[in-house]
Amino acid sequence: MALATDNTQGMSWHRTATSRFLDKGFFWLTAAFGIGVGIILLAIAFQVGRDAIPSIQKFGLGFLTATRWNPVEDIYGAWTQIYGTLVTSFMALLLAVPVGVGVAIVLSEDFLPPRLQKPLVFMVELLAAIPSVVYGLWGIFVLAPLLQGPAMWFYKTFAGVPVLGSLFSTPPTGRGVYIAGIILAIMILPIISAISRDALVAVPLELRQAAYGLGASRWETLFRVIIPAAFSGIVGGVMLALGRAMGETMAVTMLIGNSSNPSPSLFAQGSTISSLLANQFAEADGLQVSSLMYAALVLFGLTLLVNILAELLVSRVKLKM
Amino acid sequence: MTPNLESALQTDTVFRTDNLDIYYGSFKAVRDVTMEIPKNAITAFIGPSGCGKSTVIRCFNRLNDLIKSFHIDGKIFYKGQDLYASDVDPVEVRRQIGMVFQKPNPFPKSIYDNIAFGPRLLGYKGDMDELVERSIKSAALWDDVKDKLKSLGTDLSGGQQQRLCIARAIAVQPDVILMDEPCAALDPISTLKVEDLLQELKENYTIVIVTHNMQQASRSSDYTAFFNVQANEKGQRTGYIVEYDRTEVIFQSPKHKATQEYVSGRFG
Repeated sequence: MALATDNTQGMSWHRTATSRFLDKGFFWLTAAFGIGVGIILLAIAFQVGRDAIPSIQKFGLGFLTATRWNPVEDIYGAWTQIYGTLVTSFMALLLAVPVGVGVAIVLSEDFLPPRLQKPLVFMVELLAAIPSVVYGLWGIFVLAPLLQGPAMWFYKTFAGVPVLGSLFSTPPTGRGVYIAGIILAIMILPIISAISRDALVAVPLELRQAAYGLGASRWETLFRVIIPAAFSGIVGGVMLALGRAMGETMAVTMLIGNSSNPSPSLFAQGSTISSLLANQFAEADGLQVSSLMYAALVLFGLTLLVNILAELLVSRVKLKM
Repeated sequence: MTPNLESALQTDTVFRTDNLDIYYGSFKAVRDVTMEIPKNAITAFIGPSGCGKSTVIRCFNRLNDLIKSFHIDGKIFYKGQDLYASDVDPVEVRRQIGMVFQKPNPFPKSIYDNIAFGPRLLGYKGDMDELVERSIKSAALWDDVKDKLKSLGTDLSGGQQQRLCIARAIAVQPDVILMDEPCAALDPISTLKVEDLLQELKENYTIVIVTHNMQQASRSSDYTAFFNVQANEKGQRTGYIVEYDRTEVIFQSPKHKATQEYVSGRFG
């Protein structure tokens, strides 16, 4: 249907069929990509859930609290691994969040001359490019021997203290939960600092000027305006990092000791859900595979839960500010 | 250049600049600013884009210090004190000399916390609720927001946001309020509200306002400085004051042809 004729200069007011097709095609292509990602997620969840059914039927919710993982008697409970996952991830956050946000602040303010700042930004991001098996090797040959002395001091000093002492109640060996936690902290540091830095840099200059204009010093501006304004971005980075820490497999498997014996001690050898999966999948069959699927489903659920909590936290803090 | 400011000189002087040159690196942005800004009056800076009026106003509270290459030659005195003396803390300067910006910039916090931000910084011990209410009332915003002090300041309309920013500046009870094109982003009705507000505020504050709107300068201000810009042989544009006088003189019988042409809308 032609609404108009062409102009006298020989330019066409009509759109060609190709142009219209490209417009529409581009829309459908991007829509397909977007929906495709969702379908992949659902497909994986469905597959894992379906394979886990025999184990779910046999052990029920008791799977979450039982501490034995015994392929010989075909009795499975994943509390040791859930505890290991939570403790290593929490420890990694405890160490990496202050450092990562601190790095982000230094690299987003004009503390350093640009000639030093730019390479530093790049180097922090390069930390994320080191393969996790290399982190594992470095942990075994460098970090573990280095930490042996301090860990022993902690054990000797705090082992007898009530409550807190249970975290240090076993003598440290070259492998264990604490080394896994520390290596995870280093691995998630670049995620936290890179995303936090982006969030801090994105705070509009006007807000900074408003704070300075009211007589705020640099620190007051930073802590009362810039960081609160960037808070949701920083939490987003922390959550991504937490997801990485909970799912990280190779480095953790190399360092944690892969013991299924439950112990609250950070110096004890332990396991996480992902290290359990990596260790046992090759030789598992029957109910054991199903139980591993169940454990994977639990990891799925944990990550989902953490993300929901983060969303709640962000919306709560936004209202308060 | 000393314009006829007998009446101004009879009142107290808040700012006095003495052969002020402003540089960004080696680039001279503004030259030879010598002027006095009187107390409890509204002084307007007008002039074409790039003439350095915003640059000058940002020297009065040392906000230009945030730009690394910035430096000045000459002097700026605030009530007799050299503002750029080495023992002057710019943070303290900004606590006495408030600023309202071109683009409304409320913090992404509640209306209440926006107002309370400055007083909290300054360790205000009195009744914060009362101070917040008084500040918002002074900015003619109370009726708009009294029922929603806990909601986000950034959710207000543009005109309300700008009055919130004025209330925020007032809350620390500054001596001077600098306004850098405060109505540039506002609709005509909000602009009139802010202009009415200016008249009330000058009872208690000294106001310096940069504006592109000549009606605004002629309606609201007591004194007007007309800035112009001149390019040197290298193409660098340096601003300077053409004429500074009582507002009715600038608009009705200016001494310079350039001023006459600018205020009558023939260029700029």
